[in-house]
Amino acid sequence: MCLAIPGQIVECFDEGEMKMARVRFGGIVRKACLEYVPEAAVGDYVLVHVGFAISRIDAEEAARTYELLAELDQLNELEAPEPVE
Amino acid sequence: MKYIDEYRDQHLAESLLREILRVQTKPWVIMEVCGGQTHSIVKYGIDRLLPEGIELVHGPGCPVCVTSLEMIDKAHAIARRPDVIFCSFGDMLRVPGSQADLFTIKSQGGDVRVVYSPLDCLTIARQNPDKKVVFFAIGFETTAPANAMLVWRARRENVPNVSVLVSHVLVPPSIAAILQSPQNRVQGFLGPGHVCAVMGMREYEPIAARFKVPIVVTGFEPIDLLEGVLMTVRQLEEGRAEVENQYSRAINSEGNVAAQKLIADVFEICDRKWRGVGTIPKSGYRLRYEFRAHDAERLFEVGSIDTKEPAICISGQILKGIKKPHDCPAFAGACTPQHPLGATMVSAEGACAAYYAYGRHLDEVSA
Repeated sequence: MCLAIPGQIVECFDEGEMKMARVRFGGIVRKACLEYVPEAAVGDYVLVHVGFAISRIDAEEAARTYELLAELDQLNELEAPEPVE
Repeated sequence: MKYIDEYRDQHLAESLLREILRVQTKPWVIMEVCGGQTHSIVKYGIDRLLPEGIELVHGPGCPVCVTSLEMIDKAHAIARRPDVIFCSFGDMLRVPGSQADLFTIKSQGGDVRVVYSPLDCLTIARQNPDKKVVFFAIGFETTAPANAMLVWRARRENVPNVSVLVSHVLVPPSIAAILQSPQNRVQGFLGPGHVCAVMGMREYEPIAARFKVPIVVTGFEPIDLLEGVLMTVRQLEEGRAEVENQYSRAINSEGNVAAQKLIADVFEICDRKWRGVGTIPKSGYRLRYEFRAHDAERLFEVGSIDTKEPAICISGQILKGIKKPHDCPAFAGACTPQHPLGATMVSAEGACAAYYAYGRHLDEVSA
């Protein structure tokens, strides 16, 4: 129910007073309300829940934390015991 | 898809599991709060990949599951009315009330519609000015901004034939209720990532401090969940009880301030009855009095409805992390997703329904 999916904004537009966007999720494009993340722009990734963008994905933060995970991966690789024959 | 595929990487998952094994020295019980997390954990078998001493128990975070039977019966009473178009998220349609579910009501001629966004109700209301359009506004804090926007716009744009039946629930009071229970087993939490995308993380700090439990706000993909477990186990092993953020690509400590403002404009906090658990003080939202013209509970005068849950169902204990689906004598026998007896089986995100969907009821046969 609290599912929110990351999608990329392909177009921003106004609908009446509301800021809206078209957001691409894989092969599907759907409309989403941008009122809660008005700073989001075309090309940004946003988390969309029931037709509303609720947060903008911080690309730098994502890259930084993923690098830390990848480091752990490499470290583990070095520390992993040799496979038993 | 970006921000999904890389968080399902098997190699990285194996690394995180090795790290958890390296860090852990004692047994720990960790609860994931959100039903979406429960679903991912069971789908990917994450609980079974973890070292034996780390037990994941499944929390109360499925709003479909915990919507009280009384509220569902109220929804059904409204949906049966010939002057009503009853709109809902798809998850609610199969949830049985005392007599029927929304699918049955639709098959009997009720105008029941599934909407993608609450805002769709505004369009439906404009297209059907002679009908009353009622939206079943359920959800945790994640969904509250969307539901608040529907009500706010209905008033601002003067769409009088839109109303909402509000059954909102809140995470922090439910966590506190679990920790206060004398039977509590939970020692650490994977916090609900998308709830915190809206509300931020600060309201969890007093809970972590008061009950001395680590709360690691966590995402929903396998790598997120494994990293969340690792961060929780590290805290437990080091004797820390802090609020930490695993899901930093999507959330910060403040949350979405614009969304919080509209929620506060439209809703106020109230006591709320949770299916399987009972009433938890100050654990829900209701509409503020200013928005009474859009409050379905006032407009339709659906009074108190007496309901009774099957005595055999242990969903209350499952929602508190005291028991697991297999502990229930009705699980996968008398109680299935087709014929659910209680909260944790009524929605795909409930622990019992997730165990059933991924074949866990077949375990003993194949063992």
